[in-house]
Amino acid sequence: MSMSLSTAEPMLPEPYLVQKVRRETADTFTLALTPNAGGETFAFAPGQFNMLYAFGVGEVPISISGAPGHSDILVHTVRAVGNVTQAICRAKPGEMLGVRGPFGTSWPVAAAQGSDLVIIAGGLGLAPLRPAIYYLLAHRAAYGNIELIYGARTPKDLLYRRELERWRGRFDFRVHVTVDAAGADWRGNVGVVTNIIGRTRFDPAHTVALICGPGVMMRFCVLELLNHGVKAENIYISMERNMKCGLGLCGHCQLGPTFICKDGPVFAYDRLKGWFDKREV
Amino acid sequence: METIETILAAHPFLKGLKAAHLQLLVDCASQVSFDPGQFLCREDEEATQFYLIYHGQVAVEIFRARRGPVTIQTLSEGKVLGWLWFLKPYHWHLDARAMEVTRAISLKVKCLLKKCDQNHELGYELMKRYAHNLAVQFRVTKLQLLDMYGG
Repeated sequence: MSMSLSTAEPMLPEPYLVQKVRRETADTFTLALTPNAGGETFAFAPGQFNMLYAFGVGEVPISISGAPGHSDILVHTVRAVGNVTQAICRAKPGEMLGVRGPFGTSWPVAAAQGSDLVIIAGGLGLAPLRPAIYYLLAHRAAYGNIELIYGARTPKDLLYRRELERWRGRFDFRVHVTVDAAGADWRGNVGVVTNIIGRTRFDPAHTVALICGPGVMMRFCVLELLNHGVKAENIYISMERNMKCGLGLCGHCQLGPTFICKDGPVFAYDRLKGWFDKREV
Repeated sequence: METIETILAAHPFLKGLKAAHLQLLVDCASQVSFDPGQFLCREDEEATQFYLIYHGQVAVEIFRARRGPVTIQTLSEGKVLGWLWFLKPYHWHLDARAMEVTRAISLKVKCLLKKCDQNHELGYELMKRYAHNLAVQFRVTKLQLLDMYGG
């Protein structure tokens, strides 16, 4: 499932107004945007990204983190790590940002119907997975068991805390949160996400895994899932590279025979095998 | 009914162990339970027990002066606590505190050492399991040291 570009001029950003900014962690913010011209935003598929433009500063690829069915707002979660992302995170309600998109491939949520799902997110990696989770929960009866494993550095670094608590309260969605270190007031798991995989319930022959997080985390999660019998073609990862045009033209995000912006960012692991953990690229 | 033998046989750490070897371990074992907040072990205390957790969750902590404890790992059912029971000087290196009602099989270290000395096949079986668990622990620790989510 993927959605095509919203405009005939794919290199031309459309002006969007910042409606709301919510601080998630010390350096991560969620922005709700609406089209400056009014009306609806474009449709997108879970896992796709937009190019967000801070006028006069620059443009960066940011995954869409809102619900795919919502047509009134576009939601992005951004970590302020560089000039452009810092400018985006500083934007106040009423200010304008440029948006191009949606770009790239999406999580195979429709094709995964009937399967168990293991969703593994690390750090900011929960943001691109959130639209998929919304979709899965909206169509809950179509899937088997669904497990979310979410890892972060410390409890303070967890995104969407209130939403995580709501999800944990559901009987049809198992949520495992783990952090690398915590104080004595933390009641949850401490340890790496790979530790949790063995505690989840899934039928390996009929399981689709969706993984997004730091490269090294994804690498070890893939190994663990393969060890548990999940097929390589059913393991999906979301890749991050230096994306510029979003159209597969500039070549900045090339990884072997693929362009991450156009052929990805979501790939079945068997397609990237051999390139995924290649040290030279 | 759950007996020590059935709990030991079902515990992942002892999976596949021969019935005769399990019987030897039963001689060293007792069922223990910890209330939330209760410590299973404290740093520098003599390590007289090795725990096979089969219910609940335990926080493994390092205490930092003036800053209090930091949890570096949690252990739940199917995990073991007390890695270095066979290494002198048999002291705990960390604190471990029950986060909820926790049940475990406690194995007496001296009894275990004696059984392993008397029955090398049992000793080898336990060491193989230790080697595997240590390898997993090393891998996990390396990932934690990477500070993957640090950005």
